[in-house]
Amino acid sequence: MVKIEFILNGRPKVVDAAPDRRVVDLLRQDLGLTGVKEACGAGECGACTILLDGLPRLSCLLLAAQLQGRQVLTIEGLASAQGPHPVQAAFAQAGAVQCGFCTPGMVLSSVALLERQARPSRQEIRQALAGNLCRCTGYHKIVDAVALAAGPGEDQA
Amino acid sequence: MRPVHLPSSLAELWDLMAAHPGAALLAGGSDLLVRLRQGLGDPPALIGLERIVELGRVQAQEPGWLFLGAMATHSLLLEHPLVREHLPILRQALAVLGSPLIRNQGTLGGNLCTASPAGDTLAPLYALEAQVEVRSASASRRLGMGDFILGPGRTALKPGEVLYGVWVPQQPAWSIAHFEKVGRRQALAIAVVSLAALIARDESGLVTRARLAWGSVGPTVLRVPAAEEALLGRPLDDASLQAAAQLARQALSPIDDGRASAAYRRQVAGNLLLRLARRGS
Repeated sequence: MVKIEFILNGRPKVVDAAPDRRVVDLLRQDLGLTGVKEACGAGECGACTILLDGLPRLSCLLLAAQLQGRQVLTIEGLASAQGPHPVQAAFAQAGAVQCGFCTPGMVLSSVALLERQARPSRQEIRQALAGNLCRCTGYHKIVDAVALAAGPGEDQA
Repeated sequence: MRPVHLPSSLAELWDLMAAHPGAALLAGGSDLLVRLRQGLGDPPALIGLERIVELGRVQAQEPGWLFLGAMATHSLLLEHPLVREHLPILRQALAVLGSPLIRNQGTLGGNLCTASPAGDTLAPLYALEAQVEVRSASASRRLGMGDFILGPGRTALKPGEVLYGVWVPQQPAWSIAHFEKVGRRQALAIAVVSLAALIARDESGLVTRARLAWGSVGPTVLRVPAAEEALLGRPLDDASLQAAAQLARQALSPIDDGRASAAYRRQVAGNLLLRLARRGS
């Protein structure tokens, strides 16, 4: 076991963990953050998406040791005391949730997209979410939700 | 439980590699960690390269050459102004490599060391006549792509060596830089066949240089000199491309697998050349 210090959802965190423990297991099983989902376990589906130093990453393909000194954001850390994050609110308003299993990853990839690009086109939204699979295939409303969160823009083609 | 070391300099890396013979080098992990989880391989330790800053550099540091560090992620390369300006063919391949999440994870060096004939960055690098730099604690050597990649999953890396980065020579003024991948579906697919084509033409439209590299139709990416030469001095019309396509089909050595038959691959590999007529007009 090794000591790993990182920032988890805005708060300093120190854990003792096997260095090769998968981050998805560390977050879900050891730290109880079950908003991080695992589906394929092989980097294909995006259900386990977290933001690592602000970038969407696959927690099934990261090892605990790699978190040392980094910032991790999971869906549990997204809302503030004032309420849900605008992207979460937009997903609810647009009805962009069916079974919900892909939703945390979808929301986190969308948050990272909007940080990088405030007014993405629908095509850019689809491309940015291409690694997050929705097996309910409810993609239309997910794209609607991200466009809604971005607000009205001139290039919502 | 397996120790995971994350050196922050090459000096630390050499010490760790000496202390842990048999350790696996971890780049982005999108191949290695999946394989380990499937029980393929059991290295005593992992040495992650992600904190060695100089391995992540992308820069024009020697006259006439662009350097792409082995640990540059596909996302970094896709967004990098030097890649955008000088290496459009690599950019086309990066844009269809996996998903944004995989591109945030995977690295150029990882794609090369995995040495899959379907690796998306490989065919463009063959066409660009890139070289790889391999380093060890005591030495550095440069190899052409064909000397580095020896077969499916096999490279010329020896124990104690690391892929340091890729050197891309300054390119002639290509009139066409074209990459296309055919998969089982449009996106997030492993290549069934891919083609990287660089074509230069004179003012009258006749081909003066041609470099053609195919992926997923042999044990490694393959250049086909006979097909390249068949285009020289000719316009990029249906007749010249059909002739080159036929030579390519004869030279390539695809296999049957779960994704496609050898016959299909051979046919499509040639057909991909025909696209150049549209790109060229």
